[in-house]
Amino acid sequence: MCRYPARRAARRTLVEAMRFAEIAPDRRARQEKGDCEMPAAHAPWSDTGAAAVEVVDLVKEFGSVTAVAGISFRLARGTITALLGGNGAGKTTTIAMLMGLIVPTSGSVRVLGADMARDRHKVLHRINFESPYADIPMRMTVRENLDVFGRIYGVAELARQLRQVAQELRIEELLERPYGKLSAGQKTRVSLAKALLNRPEVLLLDEPTASLDPDTADWVRSHIEAYAREAAATIVLASHNMGEVERLAGRVIMLERGRILADAPPDELIRRYGRTSLEEVFLAIARRSTEGSVEPEAAPLLQGTK
Amino acid sequence: MIQQPPQPHLLAQTGPAASLRRVHGLVLRYWYVIRSSWPRTAELIYWPLVQMLMWGFLQKHLASATGLAGRAAGLFIGGVLLWDILIRSQLGFAVAFLEEVWSRNLGHLMMSPLRPWELGLALIVVSLIKVSVAMVPVALLANVFFGFNVLSLGFAFAAFFANLVMMSWALGFVSIGAVIRWGLGAESFAWLIGFLLLPLVCVYYPLATLPGWLQPVALALPPTHVFEGLRALVLEGRLDSGDMLIAFGLNLVYLGLGYAVFRRLLEDARRAGSLVQMGE
Repeated sequence: MCRYPARRAARRTLVEAMRFAEIAPDRRARQEKGDCEMPAAHAPWSDTGAAAVEVVDLVKEFGSVTAVAGISFRLARGTITALLGGNGAGKTTTIAMLMGLIVPTSGSVRVLGADMARDRHKVLHRINFESPYADIPMRMTVRENLDVFGRIYGVAELARQLRQVAQELRIEELLERPYGKLSAGQKTRVSLAKALLNRPEVLLLDEPTASLDPDTADWVRSHIEAYAREAAATIVLASHNMGEVERLAGRVIMLERGRILADAPPDELIRRYGRTSLEEVFLAIARRSTEGSVEPEAAPLLQGTK
Repeated sequence: MIQQPPQPHLLAQTGPAASLRRVHGLVLRYWYVIRSSWPRTAELIYWPLVQMLMWGFLQKHLASATGLAGRAAGLFIGGVLLWDILIRSQLGFAVAFLEEVWSRNLGHLMMSPLRPWELGLALIVVSLIKVSVAMVPVALLANVFFGFNVLSLGFAFAAFFANLVMMSWALGFVSIGAVIRWGLGAESFAWLIGFLLLPLVCVYYPLATLPGWLQPVALALPPTHVFEGLRALVLEGRLDSGDMLIAFGLNLVYLGLGYAVFRRLLEDARRAGSLVQMGE
């Protein structure tokens, strides 16, 4: 029985109905028939396993600006966690510290047990990321790009793995075309192929479906769900698409001004905030944050009353 | 404690073979770019060719007018060819890196298992490829047009070449470090850093031309020894191998310093967040 749409249906607002309509017809039909499984990420969140990601008292200051102000969280293996927040909330800086691209001012980030400020090269071959804001070389063909990244990541039986990933991502017919000549949807699929080439245990996704049409976006989400299930990968997702977050993530960490404002499964957040969708929760928090008049703890919103 | 489950889908990640595989991958990336764009290849040859023709004709004119320059046949052509080895190698190194910034691929590389020294080694290999693509046709044309055969310099040419490319890599490391730290605002630094040396390293005039206080500065730069060596070889038929060894020693120091500056600027960039804000 497919519980996913049923659970949503009871509180489907206009926004949600619109979002549901965006789901590709074939998937919607499967969901309505009840022959699709609930995404693994929607299994109750558990933090009892070995942490794939462990962030402790993380602080990042750029001069007088505090981008991240002492956050801590652990991400269990095989979970999908969304990092949400408005512009300037600190999620890009946090993700960059997870990747080791930015060194914390204080605190620590451990990914697969490695301190990302010092030992990141010990685990970087087991991590990957995808973002529409980080292109891969435009002039090279898709095959050349995947070949280069495959060598850099040390993928065994590269030719076979490249064929397999191309098949999974439906990019076989694109392999000989320059990356720069592809459509946005095709580029996203190729970027995802690059991100999955080394079958990463930790996958960081930054707006994985930005600028995609609803059908392609749904297909990409389905693929992410399938990969997370099959590989038991830990996925960190940054997205402004709340429907996407509700669908994919089993846990949401909401940031505001560099601090964790909320950390819970999407359903619990919606319930706690007394809203009907994550989008409403996000909007309410963002608007309150813009006004900047109350501390999170004192806000009625956080006490679950409208 | 780093969790290390079996990874049958991945090859060994440490050791020389793993490093060579990553360096090979990145060199392939640059080779694909060179191969896919004929304007890039043409640009490699264009400026050395223009320089060689201009200085070659000037030398021809001076030789016929005074006879003095006739004795120094090959000095201008030799100088310009060697200078272009230095500049083309430095630009080959820096521009290959800039390709990553322009194509917004730097984040992918910095997030990959590629070590900083492997990136440097790949850029060194690419600079050698680019120098070869640029200088082999130009050196051949210098022989055809002006009868200057760079290979006639023999072992000296190998010593000159090695000293010049080592210096270019040292400059290359500093220039890409600047781009990593300060973004594309420092791009012009990558293009121009080599030319800082032009007045000091005595490409077209002897060391004695410089004021006395500036000569120690010039001698602290390895290319000065190369161009002085070229003049000694062409005018006096001798090569001071001790001088070449001094240049080589200096180059080792500069290369070490250049790499240290690059690593320092890379770490500064990780502290300042520049790697995720790569732009102007």
